[in-house]
This record gives sequence, structure tokens and C-alpha cells, in this order.
Amino acid sequence: MDPHALKTINAARQARQAAILVTDLGDGRDRVVREGDTVAGELGAAIGKAFRSGKSGTVEAGGASFFLNVHLPPPRLVVIGAVHISQALAPMAKIAAYDMEIVDPRTAFATPERFPGVPLFADWPETVLAARPFDAYTAVAAVTHDPKIDDFPLKAALDANCFYVGALGSRKTHAKRVERLKAMGATDEAIGRIQAPIGLDIGASSPAEIAVAVLAQVIATFRSRGIAASGESTAR
Amino acid sequence: MDNPTLDETRDPLLIAQGWMEEGRDVAIATVVETWGSAPRPVGSHLVIDAEGNFHGSVSGGCVEGAVVSEAVDIIESGKPRMLEFGVADETAWQVGLSCGGRIKVYVERLG
Repeated sequence: MDPHALKTINAARQARQAAILVTDLGDGRDRVVREGDTVAGELGAAIGKAFRSGKSGTVEAGGASFFLNVHLPPPRLVVIGAVHISQALAPMAKIAAYDMEIVDPRTAFATPERFPGVPLFADWPETVLAARPFDAYTAVAAVTHDPKIDDFPLKAALDANCFYVGALGSRKTHAKRVERLKAMGATDEAIGRIQAPIGLDIGASSPAEIAVAVLAQVIATFRSRGIAASGESTAR
Repeated sequence: MDNPTLDETRDPLLIAQGWMEEGRDVAIATVVETWGSAPRPVGSHLVIDAEGNFHGSVSGGCVEGAVVSEAVDIIESGKPRMLEFGVADETAWQVGLSCGGRIKVYVERLG
């Protein structure tokens, strides 16, 4: 392995950027391809597919054999609102290996006593996001019910192309939210990506059940991302 | 933003970089193919230095010993090698995977 390739792939991983280490198994030469880089031909097509599936593997291209080691950032779950649902969601997210953090400017809600061991940001989303921006490997669940708190991060999540955007509230509440987001400049297509009412429809009623529905929906969305768009199946 | 889930004390590729920066010779082993019930997924790494110190895993501990001794040779020769491991033959004391899977491991020198 080329020392420069090792440093490059490690830097990408530490910066939460998707990257693939491509090794020519014939001569051992390797290079790093970041998501969005253009690679021509058969190899390029295989690389594009690997970014979408997240699966590492050996591919044949142009008469040579290449190993593609895919490094996707681990999914992050940002919950807007230090509410009862979030208290149930935090331990579940941890078990499912999602890095969960909570943003809520209401300091009475966002306390370490209520959320032991969970990264808490007791500040307005505008402030927190400036330092910790969303990315395509972030899921955002807005559960405060309060437009003053929820609207900004929802718009930011759509702009950052977060793989999951969910918002708590009835259909009626959401209809009003849609109008506000439109006024903020969000397109209909982007707004259509918001999961609202939030969570898979499992008839959830208690906060803990809603947390299950939300986490299941986050997982379902993460595991199927890009597949519908590219018309590929993960079956193998 | 920093990636909080990368643990510098456990992540094989970060450890390999650290060793390299200390001037140690390093080999990197990577699972490139698996069949059946393989214990570690494709893409998993074991990193080895010239003294045989290692971090990470390519199996559940079944074949690491063999990979480490190959890696020490590869550090010396600089020539990458593809290793293949299948089911262990217990009577022959052969190195293998007791889980019944098969794996291919690519071992190369860093630099």
C-alpha cells in the first residue's frame, strides 16, 4: 500500500467523507477515490455502484482485477428535541450502532440527568449546526413540535441531503410546516423527502414505541438509500 | 467534523499510519473475498509490524498467526501475496477456519 494512499483514506474517514481504496490486485498499486470523483470506464461504473451499496469486493475491469475497499462514514442520528421520545431513542440508537446526539435550546429539557452518556447540545440549532453541520450520512429527527426549534434544522437537513429527515406532528401540523418550509425556499421535491408523521406505521402510541418506529424508519432508509434511484437490488 | 466512532487505539488503518510515522515497517492484510460463514467481512484489516506485533483481525483468531508470519516475510521481500484459508483439517494440525468458511486475504507491505 502506498503510504500516501493510507494517509488519504484515513483523512477521509476522519472527516466523515465517503472514499474507496482501489487496489490493483495484479501489481499492488492503489489509489483513493472520493465520492464525487470521476473515474472512467468499467472501473468507474463499479466504483459508483460500490459507493451506493457500501459493499467492498473484488471487481474485474479492463482485463484487470481490482479490490474496492469501501469506507462510508458511520451513520449519525441528530435528534432535535430533548423530549420523552428522545430518552427512549438514545439507548436504542446506541444498541443499533448509530451515533446519536441531541440538540435542544431548552436547558430544562437538555440535561445530563435525563440523557446520561448522550452528547447534548443545549443551544439553538442555528448555533449548533454552524459548528457541527449535517451531511449525507446524517439522519435528522425533529421532535420538539415547536416550529421555532424544528424548522431551521429541517430546512438545513434537506439542504445537506441528509439520508433521513423526519418530523413529529400530525398531518395537520405538517401541512402548516410545509407552508413555512416553502416560504424558507425549500422545493416541493425536497419537502416530499420529509417523513411526517414520523416513524414507520406500526401503530406506535407511547414515547418508547414511537422511538422504535423512528429508529426502524431510519434504518430502513439508510439500508435502501440510492437503491431505488439506481434501480439496483442488494440481493446477492 | 471529526468522526467520533474512529478509535485511534483500535482502528487498524490508523494504527498502521501511526506505526509508519514512528518509522516502523508495516504490512497490511485485507480480507478480499469470503465464502460461506466467514467470521470477518470483506474489507477487514489486520496490520502487522516487522516484529510480529499486530492489530485488527481477518478471522475470529483462527488464521491470524499464519497471516502474521507471512506478513513478516512480505515486509522483507516487498512482494504482495494472496493467501487462502479454508476449513481446518484437525488431524493435520493445519491452519484453517473451524467455522467452515473460506477466506482470501491480500497481504502487502506499506510503502
